[in-house]
Amino acid sequence: MSETESLDSIQPQTDLGRRRLLMATTGVIGAAGVGAAAWPFLSSLQPSSKARIVGAPVEVYIGNLEPGQLTRVQWRGQTIGIMRRTDRMLEELPGLAERLRDPESSVADQQPVYARNVHRSIRPEILVLNVHCTHLGCVPQVVPEIGPQPFDSDWKGGFFCPCHRSTFDLAGRVFRGVPAIRNLLVPPYSFIDDDNVMIGMDPEEGAA
Amino acid sequence: MAKPAINFSRPFEVVNDWINERSSIAEFNRKHLTEYYAPKNFNLWYFFGSLSLLVLVNQIVTGIFLTMHYKPDAELAFASVEYIMRDVEWGWLIRYMHSTGASLFFVVVYLHMFRALMYGSYQKPRELVWILGVTIYLVLMAESFMGYVLPWGQMSYWGAQVIISLFGAVPYIGDGLVEWIRGDYFVADATLNRFFALHVVALPMVLLLLVVLHLAALHEVGSNNPDGIEIKANKDENGRPRDGIPFHPYYTVKDIFGASFFLLIAAFIIFFAPEFGGYFLKPDNFIPADPLVTPDHIPPVWYFTPFYAILQAVPDKLMGVLLMGAAVLILYLVPWLDRSPVKSIRYRSWMSKLALFIFAVAFIRLGMLGLSQESSTFELRFWTFLYFAFFILMPIWTRFEKTKPVPERVTH
Repeated sequence: MSETESLDSIQPQTDLGRRRLLMATTGVIGAAGVGAAAWPFLSSLQPSSKARIVGAPVEVYIGNLEPGQLTRVQWRGQTIGIMRRTDRMLEELPGLAERLRDPESSVADQQPVYARNVHRSIRPEILVLNVHCTHLGCVPQVVPEIGPQPFDSDWKGGFFCPCHRSTFDLAGRVFRGVPAIRNLLVPPYSFIDDDNVMIGMDPEEGAA
Repeated sequence: MAKPAINFSRPFEVVNDWINERSSIAEFNRKHLTEYYAPKNFNLWYFFGSLSLLVLVNQIVTGIFLTMHYKPDAELAFASVEYIMRDVEWGWLIRYMHSTGASLFFVVVYLHMFRALMYGSYQKPRELVWILGVTIYLVLMAESFMGYVLPWGQMSYWGAQVIISLFGAVPYIGDGLVEWIRGDYFVADATLNRFFALHVVALPMVLLLLVVLHLAALHEVGSNNPDGIEIKANKDENGRPRDGIPFHPYYTVKDIFGASFFLLIAAFIIFFAPEFGGYFLKPDNFIPADPLVTPDHIPPVWYFTPFYAILQAVPDKLMGVLLMGAAVLILYLVPWLDRSPVKSIRYRSWMSKLALFIFAVAFIRLGMLGLSQESSTFELRFWTFLYFAFFILMPIWTRFEKTKPVPERVTH
């Protein structure tokens, strides 16, 4: 009697269906276990509680902002520009529509609903904008002067990104034919009173 | 009767035998060194494999010593690098060896890859060697990018900002993905700290593993050569390839000569031009990181500029990122895009030679365009087109070109 025969005599017949079921269940349970074990590690890479607290809303006094002036503040590490636009600046906005990629602010993620209008703001003259370029995150320069510029011969005032030459108008709307394809982001904000604006908080709602 | 001479090597033999009875080190030695037969017609291009290994060792050794003084903290990182440069004894040398090593790593790896393209070293049966090699290149890109962030200068900071935001182009999950990679709402201390962990612990281990696999795969099938002839097809009565010579001592000696020459050049750069005119270390990176001030121009380090130029050639973020990714990943397909029955460019027609020449020019030209922000869109697209044309048209010219007969034995 050879060795294999002796094994056959004591070993039950292979039930392939049973074996497949056991392998499948072991696999599924094992994958769930690996997934559950991976979760704490992957989750640990998210912003920590400390980072989330630092991301709280910021109050800014704008009473001393002159017409045409832009002030910059930090919120969640992003540069937020607040500008008091002149009437002349606001008048130029509707006429630019043809040269813009998204003049109607139709990409919903780029502004709260209350800033989805031609001047992209709650009060027409006060512009609140996350001034990080939507291409790769540089901070564009504000070029408010009307007149030919090295990057645009028919410039009506706006933002110019020195990194890759993206241009935006004075409502943060992106021009056609530049690397950026989205308008500058309008952060959630609200007015506490005439002279104070709260960055990071929607009007009559909780913090964003 | 003369006294028997004292056998000085006897103690060594005893130790040697003791180890051999308990391990297979001797067999490993034979398989990979003394009885690994490499083609006898290797030329200058065959230095770059062993040189990349040399640079890897340099990066690991100098890196360990830098870690002893560096502080992975957004408040302290920049100053700790300057402390290494000014106050740590010989710290400047160790740091410049590491930073120069990073650039030279890409120099030798690019030449090593060009060698493979020239002599068809990716063709059957070496596809796996090539795949592992491209993967090493990918990991090396991640490793060098994260290392570049650690000094926490302006270029570190804004380079990280630009590269991480590339992931924001992914539809739907992009913004969340970017936040997850950064670990904060902006490039911050959390980002620096995790890049340090990845740069110093995780990726070097992955790199070392991949290098072992790359060499294991190579030694399984044997090295290619400038003639693209399989030396294993012609063996002598002892079963040794007629055109092969043992790697040790023949090629170890040759590689040591190559390494000496390479170290001469490296030492010159380390001692006299460690910044290499702003190409290896950018002037803006000697300014501490400032999230409120964007530098006027954020070019990547020279070894990434060809891909950065491809990104800029497309006026759409997602398409640009996809095209840039494709420019790297398309390398994986080369073994299957090349339909030629002949490996080496020596026995191919003018078509292969011209194509490879145009590809090399396009790669270098894209590298130059990626450094500048004044590059014309037309030129960016023109060279991007040629870069991709090399890969996409490869199946056509390699199938139809007239090849020359390949000799039976290697030539010199």
